[in-house]
Amino acid sequence: MTTDKIGTHGAVLKDVPPEGDRPLVELRGAGKSYGNIRALHGVDLAVHSGRVTCVLGDNGAGKSTLIKIISGLHQHTEGDFLVDGEPVRFSTPREALDKGIAAVYQDLATVPLMPVWRNFFLGSELTRGPWPVRRLDIARMKQTADEELRNMGIVLDDLEQPIGTLSGGQRQCVAIARAVHFGARVLILDEPTAALGVKQSGVVLKYIAAARDRGLGVIFITHNPHHAYMVGDHFTVLRLGTLELSAARAEVSLEELTNHMSGGAELAALKHELSQVRGVDVEELPEADDLSAPLPASPEGNS
Amino acid sequence: MSQQAAPAVGTPPAPGGKQTDGRTVRRSPVLRLLARPEVGVFLGAVAVLVFFLVAAPSVRQGSSMATILYQSSTIGIMALPVALLMIGGEFDLSAGVAVITSALTASMLSYQLSMNVWTGVIVALVLSLAIGAFNGWMLMKTGLPSFLVTLGTFLILQGVNLAVTKLITGNVATDDVSDMDGFGQAKAVFASSFDVGGVQVKITVVWWLVFAALATWVLLRTKYGNWIFAVGGNKDSARAVGVPVTFTKVSLFMLVGFGAWFVGMHQLFSFNTVQSGEGVGNELIYIAAAVIGGCLLTGGYGSAIGPVFGAFMFGMVNQGIVYAGWNPDWFKAFLGVMLLGAVLINLWVRRTATRR
Repeated sequence: MTTDKIGTHGAVLKDVPPEGDRPLVELRGAGKSYGNIRALHGVDLAVHSGRVTCVLGDNGAGKSTLIKIISGLHQHTEGDFLVDGEPVRFSTPREALDKGIAAVYQDLATVPLMPVWRNFFLGSELTRGPWPVRRLDIARMKQTADEELRNMGIVLDDLEQPIGTLSGGQRQCVAIARAVHFGARVLILDEPTAALGVKQSGVVLKYIAAARDRGLGVIFITHNPHHAYMVGDHFTVLRLGTLELSAARAEVSLEELTNHMSGGAELAALKHELSQVRGVDVEELPEADDLSAPLPASPEGNS
Repeated sequence: MSQQAAPAVGTPPAPGGKQTDGRTVRRSPVLRLLARPEVGVFLGAVAVLVFFLVAAPSVRQGSSMATILYQSSTIGIMALPVALLMIGGEFDLSAGVAVITSALTASMLSYQLSMNVWTGVIVALVLSLAIGAFNGWMLMKTGLPSFLVTLGTFLILQGVNLAVTKLITGNVATDDVSDMDGFGQAKAVFASSFDVGGVQVKITVVWWLVFAALATWVLLRTKYGNWIFAVGGNKDSARAVGVPVTFTKVSLFMLVGFGAWFVGMHQLFSFNTVQSGEGVGNELIYIAAAVIGGCLLTGGYGSAIGPVFGAFMFGMVNQGIVYAGWNPDWFKAFLGVMLLGAVLINLWVRRTATRR
């Protein structure tokens, strides 16, 4: 499925996908150059149905470029991009949406002054009536939006309120519910927890798990390894535009994940943060003694 | 009539009893009404109307009202597409002179080639739409602010209007087209009057209200209207969820072109000739009417019915000062006060009504 790529100081590990499971979305040695700046180079990534693939990396690591390629905002300049095994090249986000790839952006997911239900259906409005008098089916849209939001556990009093009046976590959840409703098979979440408090982040992580349980492939972009480790099945760490680590959950510990992300230098500071966040999901986190586990080195090919 | 319309489907019934998140307090109906973008201007228009009904007794006559409505309609027809464009996040400074460009084109083309005036009318329509498309295309292609792009178009058109008219007619005005083929028909469409209870009402008033109804329907009940709010509110979000941003913005500019054509034709067929230097400054009147009408200058918020009241306020003040026997020099000062007042009221209303 992937060829071995060695990053600056990391090993590439293979996860073993369930038998007969073809990746929904796959990148093979993909890269992107903006003029003479190589933002992304030689990245392999596979997204499977019902699994959460976490893409981690510090600022400037190439995370945004990666999702822009997958969501159709930019085109890759090297390597291959496959959807259901077919090579593709999207020129607009609409084409990606038509293939079932939906991106939920941290900052540009919604239009703040528009009501919740209009945001929910924006770009895919339901209509009724023949052409010259084809109009929005407002009653059906409101009802559907309400049902979908309730299915995801979001209860809003008034769908007419501008979405800008919702909290950051609620807005993310509306955007996720919207993507799920419109038949997304692959959900790309761009730092959904970055601007949120611990509790709000927990809510969003819950919806990521809910989306995964509904059989979606989720690409969860974050620079927070703790959030990634709570829901992730596979971890891809980017560093300076190249692949630093690609490993299944079983093969990597939170400590290693953090180590790969930060490159060791900022580790002390992150450890401090780690000790504070641990209360959120103690059982999932390894004990302090386990944190120095060696890297399981088993780079055997698989496809 | 607004984003809050259709109370019948206000909140869908929740399965198994209404379950709420318990964090929002139901706002009072008064506040919910005030949150509509056109309510502030409606109250303002009523206030101005009452003021002049008291201050200038002659306003109470039907013929005076017809004149006021006519004055309002010539502003209002242009204020509508300008308002839609503003909700879409852009504005068009060339709208004022584009009216004259359209009228000059129709007039000179039919006169110089001695053709039926309808030929000129059609060519002028194509040209007006092309100017709009050019504005929109430049904007989307370069990413420059619409202020700069349309300021350029404004200056170009202003110069071309004067220079080409002088070149062709040797004069600053066009020749009289009133004895040409098709003039009667065109006048009937663009500049006729009809009788309502002994009062002559201009047909532009009817067109104005028809266009306003159409614009309101499109804005609130169609996909395209949804897209207008979206591209004005957050262009990048809109693009990311699959809204055709370029199409929406370019077509909005073309809509302004259509409005300019319509008002241009009205001017041509009611005065028979066109003064090539006119139109300068009107673009700001249109923008002011849209802003007074509750449209947010930065886009994403507003209505089509608000600018109707905004234009009515303009017409009312313009004619009311005359009927009251005051010095018309005060008109612009009055307008300025009105504009500032309207903006402040809108700001306050929106803050009060949308506060969490």
